[in-house]
Amino acid sequence: MTVLRPRRLSWRLAEVVEVVPETPRTKSLVLEVPGWEGHKAGQHVDIRLTAEDGYQAQRSYSIASAPEGEQPVLTVEHIEDGEVSPYLTDVLMAGDGLELRGPIGGYFAWEAKDGGPVLLVAGGSGVVPLMAMVRHRAAAGSSVATRLLYSSRSYEEIVYRKELERLSAREDSLEVIHTLTRSRPKDWGGYNRRIDLEMLKEVGPPPAERPLAFVCGPTPLVEAVATALVEIGYDPVCVKTERFGPTGG
Amino acid sequence: MDNELRLDGNAAAGPLREVFSFEVTTAQYSCEGCGRTDQLGAAMVYEVRGLGTIVRCPSCNNALIRLTHNRERYLVDLRGTRYLTIG
Repeated sequence: MTVLRPRRLSWRLAEVVEVVPETPRTKSLVLEVPGWEGHKAGQHVDIRLTAEDGYQAQRSYSIASAPEGEQPVLTVEHIEDGEVSPYLTDVLMAGDGLELRGPIGGYFAWEAKDGGPVLLVAGGSGVVPLMAMVRHRAAAGSSVATRLLYSSRSYEEIVYRKELERLSAREDSLEVIHTLTRSRPKDWGGYNRRIDLEMLKEVGPPPAERPLAFVCGPTPLVEAVATALVEIGYDPVCVKTERFGPTGG
Repeated sequence: MDNELRLDGNAAAGPLREVFSFEVTTAQYSCEGCGRTDQLGAAMVYEVRGLGTIVRCPSCNNALIRLTHNRERYLVDLRGTRYLTIG
């Protein structure tokens, strides 16, 4: 019998150590969280902002860093009209404090010992928790066959592009496949449409290999991809999803 | 409804951890409506900003868990869940 450790989730104050621009619309926040007990790749934290009049707004953000790193790194996309993300991407500076709770979640998580093959499917900033898995895989020295299918609007909006190039060049067992849905560089030879069943068939490991699939992004993309994967023959239990909702925020 | 976000069980993990002491997304539920058994992380979550969270069965749309929070008081309605298996 598993012994449960009752521990209510509580808010604590983190410090922003560094703000790193990733793309024109995304930034990574390197945090220092006193007593951080570590996380699993795929988990998230909740961030809470409190205005002077006491009004509070709260959102969830995925952890981008590998569990092997000592402190968590979040990557946040600036959402126009968002209540929380514009503050995180435009106002917050190194040295600022931030109210946070977590790590949270255990369902949408992958550890190297879970094996594979692994298919990661990302839409936009949905790549963040999947990047934690890719980074964990590298840090753990895992050679689990992994494919990341990553849909971005344009080349400039691909988050972690250089790091993904570096990691996939280093190892044959990691493949990164991009699709660009709105604009593309002139010499672009990759996919140029939204992710569909045909693309998933071409990119995904065959169902017979019993792949583990993790899908993260805006709700319509996640639902379309999850449905298509099951149609192709993936075991629904092995298709895990995380939806960002229509806007995030 | 602009304020209602359709998400999944992961989104309920934080709010539900305010009242439950265990990791909620990996707990198994059995739906009172249709009998489906699955991990809560795979269920649908409707987050109504400022009001609360509803976790729904993806098969029959039955409300498994309703959580509302107001002035440090929580209301947890579990009528739609036959049982939860934890650990």
